[in-house]
Amino acid sequence: MATKTYCEMISRSQPGPGDGGNTGSWRVKRPIIDYDKCIPAKTKKRACFTCWLLCPDCVVSKTIPPAINLDYCKGCGICAEECPAGAIEMVDEASQTGKEK
Amino acid sequence: MHIIESGNVAAATGVKLSRVQVIAAYPITPQTPLTEKLSEFVESEQLTAQYIPVESEHSAMAVCIAASTAGTRAFTATSANGLLYMNEQLHWAVGARLPIVTCVVNRGIGAPWTVWNDQQDSMAQRDVGWIQLYASDHQQIIDSVIKAFRLAQTVSIPVMVCYDGYLLSHTYMPFDLPEQSEVDAFLPPFVPKHFLDPENPGNFNTVTLPDVRPGVDGTMRPGYIEIRHNLHQDLRAALDSYAEIDREFEQRFGRGGSPFVEQYRCDDARFVAVAVGSLSYQLRDVIDTMREDGIAIGVMGVQMYRPFPDQAVASALAGKECVIVFEKALSYGNQGPLYSDIKSTLYRMDDRPIIHNYILGLGGREIKTQQLLDALTESCARPAAIEDTPRWIGLKLQEEHHG
Repeated sequence: MATKTYCEMISRSQPGPGDGGNTGSWRVKRPIIDYDKCIPAKTKKRACFTCWLLCPDCVVSKTIPPAINLDYCKGCGICAEECPAGAIEMVDEASQTGKEK
Repeated sequence: MHIIESGNVAAATGVKLSRVQVIAAYPITPQTPLTEKLSEFVESEQLTAQYIPVESEHSAMAVCIAASTAGTRAFTATSANGLLYMNEQLHWAVGARLPIVTCVVNRGIGAPWTVWNDQQDSMAQRDVGWIQLYASDHQQIIDSVIKAFRLAQTVSIPVMVCYDGYLLSHTYMPFDLPEQSEVDAFLPPFVPKHFLDPENPGNFNTVTLPDVRPGVDGTMRPGYIEIRHNLHQDLRAALDSYAEIDREFEQRFGRGGSPFVEQYRCDDARFVAVAVGSLSYQLRDVIDTMREDGIAIGVMGVQMYRPFPDQAVASALAGKECVIVFEKALSYGNQGPLYSDIKSTLYRMDDRPIIHNYILGLGGREIKTQQLLDALTESCARPAAIEDTPRWIGLKLQEEHHG
């Protein structure tokens, strides 16, 4: 068999955070949770977690209150669309980045 | 034990002897009796396998990809437009380095519709990266299927075993049935390096970036171009692997010894006819007739087309006066694909042979032995120069009237 610089025949990865890079940098809209409306935050009960269930990148924690890992959130907006309490708002990322500095 | 059966049954029996674990196929003429036979084997418990009926060839290959990724031996078969419908998944299967074996029962491609034999379907897949073997008779079909599984898992590259629709698939011929115990000794179970394993989760064939990059564990991961380069290198290395596998097969079963090209009366020949599949055997009759007339001619059947066995082809054709390539396929707008490949192999020779190209038999047009004799007689009498435009055999064009 031929000698290879890289031993792998295929592209393969183990599960772990950020194998696709810091995908949070792709985000144009950022989800902001209003904890006054969020069901688990408001009731202090382990309930709802629709955002946790439906996030395609698993960046929402199943905690009270739920938190979003912005390192990897791509800003797709599914959580905001699906939240039964209307607690998540998608805001312009550009309006938020300034505040962090 | 010798039996008399059809080419499709020879293929199905080879698959059974190879202890395939997953079969997914969609019926298409002339492949249909092959997959029907396999479903019979599974239904009657002569073969312990999952037979998964699918709604298309694309799905058939997708199921084989999934089954192979889970670590099982997978098989499918198709023809013509079915193979084309599978095309996207063919690329995936080889990029994922899965040892799937597929029989291609060669048939012409529509439009216009044809169900009859030529080799355009598999020849059009030559650049996909699959290994392509071509059988010339029923014995070669069953033997090639068994060898294909061994080769595929040795080099982690999928293999197509191609044979002529009707001419081989639906005709009956005696052939030797290898013993199951011998096949088991020749073909060990498939043990994948990586497979879908809940205990050891992983992502396969993940997106690559233009450059190499570190994985989550910090080790460097290849980029797209490295993975594709390795495929090419391994395909070239597969030539040696197949030669070894063929040698081992010959020791065990007594058949083989010419894994790449099969030469008939070529040693002292000044002229060599070249063809793929059953046509190379039909040409033997013509060669015998011409030998009786004192013309030093032989025939070479090409049994492996990808990777292209350039060294075997070169050593078979070195020093010949004229090479005549007969093809049931065409790279439209250029030449026969095999002709182009042989020409490029001969290019580096100082004293390279003249080479002619004949296109024939498309869409099942009958190839008459007399036509082959006429063509070869003409090429041997007037080799003249290398030709860029193929000649056609058996065309019945209506006379055109201009102005």
